[in-house]
Amino acid sequence: MGKSKNKITTVLISGQAGEGVKEAGIIFGKLLSLSGQEVFVTTELPSLIKGGYIFSRISFSQEKVFSDYGNPCLKIDLEKELILFGQKSFHLPMKKLVEQAKAPPITKNSVALGALCYYFGLEFEKLKKIFEKTFKEKAQINIELAKKGYEYLKNLKLPTRGLLKSKAIGLPAGGLIDGNEALALGLVKAGLQTYFAYPMTPATSILHFLAKKQKEFGLKTVQPENEIAAVQMTLGSAFAGFRSACGTSGGGFDLMQETCSLAGMSEVPLLVIVSQRMGPSTGVPTHTSQSDLQLVRFSGHGEFLRIILAPGDPEEAYLLGAEALNLAWKYRSLVIVLLDKHLSESLATSFLDFSKISAKIGLASGRKIEEKKGLVFPGMKNVVVKAASYEHDEKGISTEDPLVIKKMQEKRFKKLQFLLKEQKSKETVKVYGDKKSKNIIICWGSVKGAVLESLKHLKKPAKVVQPLWLEPLDTGKIKSYLKGAKKIIDVEGNITAQLSSLIREKTGIEIKNKILKYDSRPFEPMELAKKINHFLI
Amino acid sequence: MNLLTQAKITWCPGCSNFGILAAFKGAIEDLVKNKEIKMEEVVIGSGIGCHGKISDYLDLNSFYGLHGRIVPLLSGVKIANPNLKVIAFSGDGDAYAEGIEHLIHAAKRNIDLTLIVHNNQTFALTTGQFTPTSPKGFKGKSTPFGSAEEPFDPLLLMLSSGATFIARSYALEVKKTQEIIKEAIKHQGFSFIDILQPCLSLNDTRDYYQKRIYWLDEFRQKDNFDFALEKIREWNNKIPLGIFYQIKKQIYDPS
Repeated sequence: MGKSKNKITTVLISGQAGEGVKEAGIIFGKLLSLSGQEVFVTTELPSLIKGGYIFSRISFSQEKVFSDYGNPCLKIDLEKELILFGQKSFHLPMKKLVEQAKAPPITKNSVALGALCYYFGLEFEKLKKIFEKTFKEKAQINIELAKKGYEYLKNLKLPTRGLLKSKAIGLPAGGLIDGNEALALGLVKAGLQTYFAYPMTPATSILHFLAKKQKEFGLKTVQPENEIAAVQMTLGSAFAGFRSACGTSGGGFDLMQETCSLAGMSEVPLLVIVSQRMGPSTGVPTHTSQSDLQLVRFSGHGEFLRIILAPGDPEEAYLLGAEALNLAWKYRSLVIVLLDKHLSESLATSFLDFSKISAKIGLASGRKIEEKKGLVFPGMKNVVVKAASYEHDEKGISTEDPLVIKKMQEKRFKKLQFLLKEQKSKETVKVYGDKKSKNIIICWGSVKGAVLESLKHLKKPAKVVQPLWLEPLDTGKIKSYLKGAKKIIDVEGNITAQLSSLIREKTGIEIKNKILKYDSRPFEPMELAKKINHFLI
Repeated sequence: MNLLTQAKITWCPGCSNFGILAAFKGAIEDLVKNKEIKMEEVVIGSGIGCHGKISDYLDLNSFYGLHGRIVPLLSGVKIANPNLKVIAFSGDGDAYAEGIEHLIHAAKRNIDLTLIVHNNQTFALTTGQFTPTSPKGFKGKSTPFGSAEEPFDPLLLMLSSGATFIARSYALEVKKTQEIIKEAIKHQGFSFIDILQPCLSLNDTRDYYQKRIYWLDEFRQKDNFDFALEKIREWNNKIPLGIFYQIKKQIYDPS
């Protein structure tokens, strides 16, 4: 990017897997955050532990950055030990400095961080603080090497970007958070008590984070034998009255279908987090996609209520994660939070507004009996709690009586009416940009970030509409926001324009202009702006 | 103590599942009377198959679950609330075909729950196909010329998977079955009972079993792995019943 009109700066850190590229990107992001910058960090990595190239892109600015940019003003490569800016490049002897200090090879990234700190005129003390917090007892060697990188660049007497001027008070480094962690914090805030997951990229870091923090948060995390067990345990926990969730990606979610349907029939709350990656099948495991919207819409056989929420950034992941857990319990229903790799694993400067979350740590179950008297669950005296996969009567006993079957199906679908009513008072659809513009861009999930960033580079103003609730879709709000549009442009990370199909199905509005990306990489704001400009009138 | 719901029992007349129902009811009644468990803390569950109907018939907390999935479902119940007494019912198709991975892992992690398998060596509810415990040559509707597969021994599988309580019973020996169920519920850890259960309509094995079954000495030490292995592998002219193996081991606790 170099200098855009919005003064967004992008730095690219690269290197072999195992060289600490990702960590360097995150620490640099935290340093910028502490120095008063708004930051967005994306890591692109292959699906392996060591070897193969990794990139971390860090875009930052004084104002909110919604997405990283593709063309950096500075590149630093840990393997080649090079720093490139513009046409110029010079050698940074990271390996030599590390060897001189008798430090492990991974600490090359600290040399690089020191150099970046100097180049952008950031305070070394801040970097030191982050090292101390991140590495604890191992911080000293990293600080020492960062200092060497800092001094090395200083001694070269190259022109630097100078001290980043910031009027803003430094944001806490903890304000830099990825979608998965923000979502997990939202779940905890809404009273999560158990979390079950089988490892699957890009959802795994939710399990890692919650497992690491389980004592602090007072919850139990379990890694069972497969996704089928994970989702069954999640349902079992809810039946026992304990707020639960599980997380996976598309392939793991395929295995959970029968249990989604079981939640529909038994009316036991079930929350599943699905972080999309590029399919079909194993696909491109460590890259992003938005191709599972239609999958989750129809998860499980039979007709039952499904609620689907799709946050677009960590702040929304936090709030909607909490909302999802509350909705699952309120409606005793299947709720799915749809994420994707780009949201799950990219870090953005965020403010997690916990004042918006009501923490309802309730005990309940899928029991129909005495439901009017309140919530019941196994272990309570003088009450028998029965749930079933078979169609059942009000007491939870199996039935084949057509009258009862019809009544029960209607009873379950009555919940949809309450939900639609509740929807009216919720922020189910967000609107950005020029709200009077007749050019309307519609998008969902993490693509929102690149779209909002592209707004800064459009020839003409445009309005952006982002549905957060995909099921049930808030057709009233969608219709009113699309009213009077001259051009509607659908931007999605898939080949079949799944959101536009959903909108057409539910509102009759056909969106003809589509910008679709299905190469497993996120949209780049400048490229996207070019494509959007082409459509604007 | 009335442990039955109003649900109409739809097992075939004379079905040996009645024996298991009577034994289980008796076991719960005894344990509640002796204040060893509290009725409200009992949670049962079942899979899909003839055995599964037991959830409807018993007036206890229950989850009538999916085919093959009752073990992980009830594991979730137990993990969430360890105070509950959790007992799963399953069939040989349910536990040994559709849900076998869960069975192995529940035994491996020694989660504190009881699994009772109604083993009739056939899929009865779907009108007769071979299961993992059907003998080779079993003529069912899907194998009209005889099944080509050897059966496996679920007790042997449980022994190698780390189950800490392994028993086999016979559905028509109600009193003995009741005592074994009581011991299994009292056991701390994963307790497994395979109940030989003749299906009078589709696989009537009563004569076969009655000629062969005998009871292991119930007062012997039960923690001998080699003895358990030897007795489990004894399935020829004689079929031993009783508790084969029981040891104390750390129970599963994720926290």
